[in-house]
Amino acid sequence: MVKQLFIKDIEKCVGCSLCMYACSRRRPRNPEIGIDASGILAASLSGFERGATVIFCRACKEPPCVQVCPTDALVPKKGGGVILKEKACIACGMCFEACTIGAIFERRNGKPAVCIHCGYCVDYCPHEVLAYVEVEE
Amino acid sequence: MNSKVLTIDLSDYSYRIEDRKKLFNRWIGGVGVGIQLLKEELKPDADPLSPDNTIVLATGPFTPAYPLASKTVALFKSPLTGNLGESHAGGRTATAITNAGYGAIVIKGKSRKPIYVVVENDRVHFKDARVIWGIEDAILIGRIIAEKEQGGRGSRTVMRIGGAGENLVRYACVMTETYRHFGRLGLGAVFGSKMLKALVVHGKLSKIPDNRKGYREIYDKIYRIALESGAMKKYHLIGTAVNVNPLNELGGLPTKNLTSAKFENAEEISGEELADKNLGRRIACNHCPIACIHIAVLREPYEGKEYFYKTIMISYDYELIYALGSMLGISSRDGLLKLILRVEQLGLDAMSTGVCLAWATEALKAGLITEDDTITKLAFGNSEEYIRATGYISKQPNEFYRLLAQGVDKVSEVYGGGEFALAFGKNEMPGYHTGHGTHVGSLIGLRHSHLDGGGYAIDQKKKLKPEELVDELVKEEQWRQILSSLVVCFFARGVFTPEIIIEGFKPLGIKLTEDRLIKLGEEIYAEKLKLKMQLGFDLNSLRIPKRIFETETPQGKLKKEYIEEAISYYREMIGRIV
Repeated sequence: MVKQLFIKDIEKCVGCSLCMYACSRRRPRNPEIGIDASGILAASLSGFERGATVIFCRACKEPPCVQVCPTDALVPKKGGGVILKEKACIACGMCFEACTIGAIFERRNGKPAVCIHCGYCVDYCPHEVLAYVEVEE
Repeated sequence: MNSKVLTIDLSDYSYRIEDRKKLFNRWIGGVGVGIQLLKEELKPDADPLSPDNTIVLATGPFTPAYPLASKTVALFKSPLTGNLGESHAGGRTATAITNAGYGAIVIKGKSRKPIYVVVENDRVHFKDARVIWGIEDAILIGRIIAEKEQGGRGSRTVMRIGGAGENLVRYACVMTETYRHFGRLGLGAVFGSKMLKALVVHGKLSKIPDNRKGYREIYDKIYRIALESGAMKKYHLIGTAVNVNPLNELGGLPTKNLTSAKFENAEEISGEELADKNLGRRIACNHCPIACIHIAVLREPYEGKEYFYKTIMISYDYELIYALGSMLGISSRDGLLKLILRVEQLGLDAMSTGVCLAWATEALKAGLITEDDTITKLAFGNSEEYIRATGYISKQPNEFYRLLAQGVDKVSEVYGGGEFALAFGKNEMPGYHTGHGTHVGSLIGLRHSHLDGGGYAIDQKKKLKPEELVDELVKEEQWRQILSSLVVCFFARGVFTPEIIIEGFKPLGIKLTEDRLIKLGEEIYAEKLKLKMQLGFDLNSLRIPKRIFETETPQGKLKKEYIEEAISYYREMIGRIV
């Protein structure tokens, strides 16, 4: 079974952004301090008192970002979603535009950061907004 | 470590970026580095509201590496006290500054026209603020700028001032992310004097720690302690407002300009009642799992309009409930929340505003001032009058309000009533009348703040001799220089023990021993004290309002001799330190 990241209850989001820092830290051999490598974004609806929105890859079956990538740097992942082959990426920015919900984020170097549904952030969501659940392939 | 310093000069719209590695290695970050930067830039005789004043915003090495390190230290010359101004704020300011790649931002000079400044990684944009200058509601200013500036959504900070800052109220604050503030000592007026309506910062940092495995391990340890050890439980649940009931029962809750330390209606405005009846949401500072920011919901019908309601969200904390609640005798929760909202919109420091209004109420009753001066009929418990008066503090329509906008020390110099003008070192008092510790702490603390040495907490633990009290206060304040150099939240002080700090340093490549850390706290304290003295701080000119000796505390009535002994002991101590 494949697992995916889901929003369990957006109303519980306090806007702490711990998921963003966790995402940057996710690679054991390359944990980054900061938010540059984050493939997830927690933003407010013009002030967190009005609620939050947490944006990340929806693991589309037919990802538009893959279709527009001119160098095949984004490739479909088994069970949905995409994987970035960083060395092939020329930082053209086409994928940012292609994603309807804006779930591909621009890094400082112009290349994309995107959620790979590894579930690492879930353990750092202190208020159970995020969940990592099994999905049918 | 983020050791880059961005210096922005508003006089010629220029900026420069320097790497100050040595400075950060020597003084950690935050207040340690900030004091040195301020010393470099500020002439001691500078007028706080002139272009010569300098603002330093400093962050530390734990931001954004670890959770709970979400604070920024602002240093400047205070227009309220004429001495060192230091104020800390949470929100997203600290993480935004570090994510943009900086350890500190320095702002100097003065713009010719209203502007706001956007810092985006290594670029600074100067933007026209003429259209939004004059909008007095700081909450609205945040929304306008958030709409206009698309970059950095979800990770930027929008520091801004309201009407009070523009009008140079000496205790105007800088609001950040709506619910956090550089509250104390008048940073908002310094922004206003520089014609700086707002400062937006965002960026994307990418940094690999020295020890990759060690970094993730100590991160997890800090995260677990924060959530599981109970060290921060108080802030998880009811929030800081949890203090209202116990302090009142103890008899340490300043009430009606400290004519009493017990408020008969404290229960109504307590943390428990607010949580039960009004709590609508909780919010966190960036990179903090605790979410101690409590937001109340106030649902109000429109007068004469059936089935029309407005729903307002207002953040509350202990100090606001004290200053704008018990201190003004306000027992209606709705009234309190509406007053908090007004203070928030105008961008005023809640504590100074509450104490000023409380003084004015008593001065009016005593006949020192008249209703011609106050325009409104100030009376303890009447929140509507206080809401109107708050607007006058910002607008200053007459001589009386022009003076009240300069603080309770100044206004009482002119009209009298100094014996019940509750300020220490010219900074209006915090919400504790717990014993000698709190007031001695406010007098000798380098910020004249309850958070310097935590005197209110010492009072509740044990009775001490004057010398012992001063020793404890100074020792605690010296240690807190480390916490505010890292910069971690004081609410997380139970998490960041010397041992944990040293562990946290290691993967970041900072080599310090526990002994060295303690010593460094003493050194930073000494540096700050020296700067304060250069700016004219004089223990001999400290004014002690007589009221604190008249109103019973949980330790009984306070003694003047005790406080004088404590100060004279501290005077000797200063001789040794400086």
